[in-house]
Amino acid sequence: MSIVIDHLTFAYTEGGKKLEPTLKDLTFTIEEGSFLGIIGHTGSGKSTFVKHLNGLIPCEKGTVTVDGHDLSDKAERRIVRSLVGMVFQYPEYQLFAESVFEDVAFGPRNMKLDADEVKKRVEHAMELVGLEPERFSARSPFELSGGERRRAAIAGVLAMQPKYLVLDEPMAGLDPLGRKEILTLLEKLRTESGCTVIMISHSMDDIANHATKVLVLEQGSVFAYDTPRAVFLRAEELQRIGLSVPSVTKICIALQKKGVQIPASICTEQALIDWFKEGNFHA
Amino acid sequence: MIQFDHVTFQYEKAETPALTDVSLVIEQGEFVTIVGHNGSGKSTLAKHINGLLLPTEGVVTVCGMRTDHEEDTLAIRQKVGMAFQNPDNQLVTTVVEEDVAFGPENLGIAPNEIRVRVDEALAAVGMSDYATFAVHHLSGGQKQRIAIAGILALKPEILVLDEASAMLDPSGRAELLETVSKLHDEGMTVVMVTQYMEETVGCDRVVVMNGGRIVLTGTPTEVFQQPELLAESNLVPPETVRIRDTLRTIGFTLSDRVLTAEQLAEELCPS
Repeated sequence: MSIVIDHLTFAYTEGGKKLEPTLKDLTFTIEEGSFLGIIGHTGSGKSTFVKHLNGLIPCEKGTVTVDGHDLSDKAERRIVRSLVGMVFQYPEYQLFAESVFEDVAFGPRNMKLDADEVKKRVEHAMELVGLEPERFSARSPFELSGGERRRAAIAGVLAMQPKYLVLDEPMAGLDPLGRKEILTLLEKLRTESGCTVIMISHSMDDIANHATKVLVLEQGSVFAYDTPRAVFLRAEELQRIGLSVPSVTKICIALQKKGVQIPASICTEQALIDWFKEGNFHA
Repeated sequence: MIQFDHVTFQYEKAETPALTDVSLVIEQGEFVTIVGHNGSGKSTLAKHINGLLLPTEGVVTVCGMRTDHEEDTLAIRQKVGMAFQNPDNQLVTTVVEEDVAFGPENLGIAPNEIRVRVDEALAAVGMSDYATFAVHHLSGGQKQRIAIAGILALKPEILVLDEASAMLDPSGRAELLETVSKLHDEGMTVVMVTQYMEETVGCDRVVVMNGGRIVLTGTPTEVFQQPELLAESNLVPPETVRIRDTLRTIGFTLSDRVLTAEQLAEELCPS
């Protein structure tokens, strides 16, 4: 099963007139179980694209199909909404209930699950994000720290047990520890529950270290869709379109300039250290 | 230029102080970054510099004036310009040059003088070509540069940035950092609050906050030499510095000066 994007094109309308397309003829497949990192600078179409994945923006031209369900069909869209969970930018701004429990329970209750099942799911989701139910259930979301609020908001989406989890810059505004907690959580979801993770991020280091596939959007078109190694190998091109590359890639490039024979496809800390350990370095 | 003397601050209704016994001196022309995790007190500290917050105990002085002396508040705010996190909350008009002119107009400065200040401020942040643009068509990084131009038009002596890069993408952050470094090179005293350790690399001094206290202060080189202390404050050195440290453990000789990819390559393969 997978998400198939087929010739997807989309243009916003302003004052009754169509603007220049925000998405242009996107075609690719997101495989189940993958960790897709989406990069591109502001205005490249990243957020518009992910809003198509659960029908928040209806397909105008081309199709998006999730596990065989075509999103242009209204009845099918309902099914897809239960498969694809969406975490927006600064999701903690959307917390509203009096207690963390009530807030996380909102989604599962809307799915018409019975009270026992709702409780089970809420507590499981809270445990997943590291908010122990005994300690946090009754607390007001507004008493929590920034990082805890962010995790409570994510728990609300996880409680619906989506098969595909889409996150728009989930680490924005968090400190290094908060960022690490979110990344660890996403890795755990993927490896333990087989959840497919689709994440927009500006951190090339995080993308290099966690993603199995990278989508680069540039002015609404697919600039690259490949493994991190293959994408960051094109460092010069990425920099030309205003994107940065991982710290490790920068080190490889700096060493290459010094005449060191190091493969430019190394983009993770671990791979770089291993390369040195294996005795490959010759000045 | 800025002096914190045993400053303690507690928000109303809070159980514990947000700042505890903070003493810090920032000299004229210095570029200081303040780092710490969410809730460490770094923004609270920054908001004391222009008297947005006043100490519960202790004294903050700016250019010899105490922030808790009400008669000096206006004078202090004219010396200290502050930029905040969300660019959209800081712009008040629809056209770039009008926005930059907003502050000086409020001070009742003569129109021809305002024209000169607006042009200079836009030039200083590299946005002269955008003077007549609509604000909402700008990128986040450009909006923050306009917000800073608006501050510069008031001719401050100190620029305080309170996580001004947090909501920007990498190119926006790079733009902002470049603008700030340039202003510093031209003599501006800069205090920058940030969560991005890699943004501290080019500054004069890093102040690390944890639990409302200053736990570490020094040049970026000195601070990154204390990974354990940083870890206790929930911070990590930039990835390049971490790689440098791992390479040392497997036998490579690298000095503490190595903070960037180029410096790392240079020490591994001296030219």
